[in-house]
Amino acid sequence: MRKGTLKQILLITDGCSNQGEDPAMIASLVAQQGITVNVIGVLEDDQHENPPGLEEVEEIAQAGEGVSQIVYQKALSQTVQTVTKQAMTQTLQGVVNQELKQILGPNQTVESLPPEQRGEVMEVVEDLGETCNVEVLVLVDTSASMQNKIPTVKEALIDLSVSMNARIGKNRFSIYTFPGKRKVVQKVIDWSDKLDTISSVFPKLTSGGITPTGPALKEVMYQFGKSKLIRSMKREDESTIEQAGN
Amino acid sequence: MNQRLSKQATSFFPGSVIRGHWHKQPYTVVSLLGKGAIGSVYLCKRSDGKKVALKISEKSASITTEVNVLKQLSKVQGKLLGPSLFDVDDFLPSSGMRLSFYVMEYVEGKPVPEFLKKRGKDWFGVFLLQLLSDLERLHQHGWVFGDLKLDNILVTDTPPRIRWIDVGGTTQIGRSIKEYTEFYDRGYWQLGTRRAEPSYDLFAVVMLALHYAYPKQFERGTNPEQTLRNKIKQAHVLQPYQVCLERAMKGYYRSSSQMLNELNQLLTKKRVPTQRTQAITKNKLTHTETTFPLIETSAIGFVSTLFFIIYHFFM
Repeated sequence: MRKGTLKQILLITDGCSNQGEDPAMIASLVAQQGITVNVIGVLEDDQHENPPGLEEVEEIAQAGEGVSQIVYQKALSQTVQTVTKQAMTQTLQGVVNQELKQILGPNQTVESLPPEQRGEVMEVVEDLGETCNVEVLVLVDTSASMQNKIPTVKEALIDLSVSMNARIGKNRFSIYTFPGKRKVVQKVIDWSDKLDTISSVFPKLTSGGITPTGPALKEVMYQFGKSKLIRSMKREDESTIEQAGN
Repeated sequence: MNQRLSKQATSFFPGSVIRGHWHKQPYTVVSLLGKGAIGSVYLCKRSDGKKVALKISEKSASITTEVNVLKQLSKVQGKLLGPSLFDVDDFLPSSGMRLSFYVMEYVEGKPVPEFLKKRGKDWFGVFLLQLLSDLERLHQHGWVFGDLKLDNILVTDTPPRIRWIDVGGTTQIGRSIKEYTEFYDRGYWQLGTRRAEPSYDLFAVVMLALHYAYPKQFERGTNPEQTLRNKIKQAHVLQPYQVCLERAMKGYYRSSSQMLNELNQLLTKKRVPTQRTQAITKNKLTHTETTFPLIETSAIGFVSTLFFIIYHFFM
């Protein structure tokens, strides 16, 4: 097994997409490219746990083979990092399951092993989670209704980089917001190792009440392609490709 | 079997039987002990009548990870660090999804605040020492507790001793902390990384003390470090440990035993030896700092003179 790079999109929204393609359909498409789509739905403080408009949150994450959670602002920091890590484990477990099927037959998954052997497999998954490289593209919904939540989102993203940078593996983050000025998405931060620089730049919010979640997801999908090219060249130079597992 | 499943997959009523798929052991549910991010813990009766704690969850991966930790902890020499592990299995309800569970020792005890209310707050110092010596053994073994908090500790009886009940956050040193609680996390307080190292646990020890002093906890404020320093100062119950807590908060201690020694000296009414290189607190002890270097310098001077004389006259 070659230790590759896990690619994730983290969508932070309050739901209610209303323009362009169906975001769940786009999420399926993105998942096909080997990129996981995780979604965090942010509630208003006076909202109930399951308000209308946030149903799409779970659907997008399922289609994107990722993890979703609906939270109040206060819990955002911790949620952002748990969702990211959960999705990593889920993806890695999927990879390990694939390998197991090849070795042990089509009906074998980690769960179908007896508990004793499962423990050993989980250790491998954990090792991979600690050492693999991760790219997280954060896509923040900055439509009018999200306006008062942006400071909390910023804080949560800094916290995410604190968590991720405690790992042994390398991380790269980038941040986009939508809707952008006369375009679908707006780049806030290009691929970088740390997120502590974000305090300054979050663009002025656009009014108008459109939330083009689907088109935005589609647009950021291509941002991985670009970085991959550059990185794969770099990799060959440094020849840092390692073998994972024991 | 009168087993019923409610909407939530891991809810069991008293009297339900959870039977393992692999090892076929039946466990009768007595009561719910607690619910967490990963599944629920039930007090159960084993077929031989022994009371056990059973943790069950639909997150098989998380259960497996915790089992791995419990197995590791059982290898540490001396008094058991976590609850001992009895059984690991799956439960396949006739309807619904596969659940994973493990069965461990049922630790009977009181929460720390409850015990202290009854027996006096002086016990807190003893518990801190016990906690630090347990942590030292854990760290020696290459692990960090991670999710250390007041809720994860119980006081067992005769003689009163603290025991860890939830070790799910235990992480290998050098990795990223697996599980944490915001109030206890030094990353949240902007006082360090989330990398697993002994000082991460020692920071949590400080927060554990603060949580005991301020049961309702408190906000981070604009200057987190200042907030913590003030809170440590203002807490009357923490006064005897103040110096140590402040140092651990700042990440001064490299090991648990270092903090243990200093705290031990504080509690046995001896003065904390101040380290010349890294004096962090400005307190009354500063005058000892000045005497030690003097003695040392004169000693060095004396010895070198001696050597000089020997060399000069006898060679």
